Amino acid sequence: MALPSAKPIVFSPWNDPDATPLIRIRGVSKSFGDFLAVNNVDLDIYPGEFFSLLGASGCGKTTLLRMLAGFESPTDGRIFIDGVDMTGIPPYERPVNMMFQSYALFPHMTVAQNVAFGLKQDGLSKKKIAEKAKEVLDLVQMSAFSERKPNQLSGGQRQRVALARSLAKEPKVLLLDEPLAALDKKLRGQTQLELVNIQDRVGITFVMVTHDQEEAMTMSARIGVMNAGFIEQVGTPVEIYEYPATTFVADFIGTANMFDGVVALDEQNRTVVDCAELEAQLTVGHSSGVAVGAPVTVMVRPEKMTVQREAPQDGLNSVHGVVSDIAYLGDISIYHVRLNSGRKVQVALTNLRHTSEQRLTWDDEVYLTWHPANSLVLVQ
Amino acid sequence: MKNRALALYTALGLGYAFLYLPIVLLVIYSFNASRLVTVWGGFSIKWYGELLNDEKILDAAWLSLKVAVINATISTFLGTLAAVVLVRFRRFTGRTLFTGMITAPLVMPEIITGLAMLLLFVSMELAFGWPDGRSVTTIVIAHVTFSLSFVTVVVQSRLAQMDISLEEAAMDLGARPVKVFLVITLPIIAPALLAGWLLSFTLSIDDVVISSFVTGPGSTTLPIVIFSKVRLGVSPEINALASIVVAIVSVGILVFGILMQRQEADRLRSERTAADQG
Repeated sequence: MALPSAKPIVFSPWNDPDATPLIRIRGVSKSFGDFLAVNNVDLDIYPGEFFSLLGASGCGKTTLLRMLAGFESPTDGRIFIDGVDMTGIPPYERPVNMMFQSYALFPHMTVAQNVAFGLKQDGLSKKKIAEKAKEVLDLVQMSAFSERKPNQLSGGQRQRVALARSLAKEPKVLLLDEPLAALDKKLRGQTQLELVNIQDRVGITFVMVTHDQEEAMTMSARIGVMNAGFIEQVGTPVEIYEYPATTFVADFIGTANMFDGVVALDEQNRTVVDCAELEAQLTVGHSSGVAVGAPVTVMVRPEKMTVQREAPQDGLNSVHGVVSDIAYLGDISIYHVRLNSGRKVQVALTNLRHTSEQRLTWDDEVYLTWHPANSLVLVQ
Repeated sequence: MKNRALALYTALGLGYAFLYLPIVLLVIYSFNASRLVTVWGGFSIKWYGELLNDEKILDAAWLSLKVAVINATISTFLGTLAAVVLVRFRRFTGRTLFTGMITAPLVMPEIITGLAMLLLFVSMELAFGWPDGRSVTTIVIAHVTFSLSFVTVVVQSRLAQMDISLEEAAMDLGARPVKVFLVITLPIIAPALLAGWLLSFTLSIDDVVISSFVTGPGSTTLPIVIFSKVRLGVSPEINALASIVVAIVSVGILVFGILMQRQEADRLRSERTAADQG
């Protein structure tokens, strides 16, 4: 008896070869004069996804978002939304809506009028408009403020109204340009989860631009990490943190200790790297796929290292150094260990015990070790 | 400390006296019963009465008002269009030339503008038979040429300050560019339009130099009538007329000030409300 094909428990249409992407970006580039803001980007975004474009300022993420909205047109390449080529289609005819970083609420209109603006352009009846506006204002819990002007609202309230206004037309895609950047840290944390909940309820595909990796990781199903106009890696938060594709991603997402070296041995489940700087060989628990002698980088996350005072017996993946700085962050402490070569390595230890005495202190001699499976070879 | 306060108030008093004493004197002397401007002959309002009977002055005042309103309206319309082009259309052929031509009237000596206008009107009349002599039309055309530059400057700075994402948001929500301009941009820059309108109204109503070139018989503006009367000696009638103008301007400024203050108070109040809820 053939089992019915199991529905995937985890939402991951990007792994399903039969899934049709909602947004297809093909070879898109954008240059401003001599400056190449977006460089030959290919990207698929699936229906119902919460996708984030993450990168430092000037990496091209906002330009890419503005090309989806239609405010910029690509110098090269094509964008398809729901199968329709968007080339030459103006912003007011695209099935997307955008939530602006400045919120861009119309100052001379009330909250209700702001939310109704887009519906009015569609020529709906007054009754329909009022119903729909109320519905989205309820969704963001702002119905009580519908007669207020934007300047009579706090930052958090304006953010909600901006969200309601962009959701009112039920676009196929909602674009969010740094939606939480103007909020203070505490409010931002709450709003992140709220936004995810709302996205879940309305089922609209969200594409968000952010420079805040924590925000991207909290909210998104997948993240595209951008650097200098390129997409360096697309993956789930776990993938980009645990298995960064490039040294840029490893360094940009979280903290990474990286050691340069050359491949000495490459097997199916093991790569050995000669690291001149450490005067040691590092073993990594997977194949690098490159020839012996090729330059590579070994990456280890600070929390994946263990610290001990005695030299480890097997000597596998061990470096020796002196504690030079300690950053106590409450839940964890970050130790900066200076190696013999003068180079500093970061180790994070969870402060499990409620104690005033630190396990390690300045100038302690320590050995840092890690399991081969907890490190990664990055090909340069 | 006390001496310093005294010195400050004295300086303030002297400054105000320098600016306003002549005007105060003019108003006082408009109530002078004597025909001699420099000799006080008791209180009287007869010059105001005579003013109302002076057909020539009334006609001139009416014409000036008409010219000022038409000029302000046309200048605001054209000046706003020019400002939109300068701020929103960043790159087009001849942009530098356009900017220069818009701002040139601001620095052009009035006497040259006036002379050039006169020459233009005369040669046009010879060539096409239009404009037919010097009239309201020629005065308005001449006034618009310099007023519209002022409107452009005022509206341009307001437009440049405006958050462009407001227009983008409206477009994103489905409004076409023309609608965006009418429904979003125009209401937001409306205060600048009003300021530009008032500015060109004022510029037009007290212009002498350019007007003197482009007015003709039967179409004399108020400043020109005053000017020609003063040349024959200052009459108390002129004092009365000047006092009325001062009164009108003062009321206007007062109303404008109260409106602005109220708007500011509203803004502060709503900001406080917002902060409380934050």
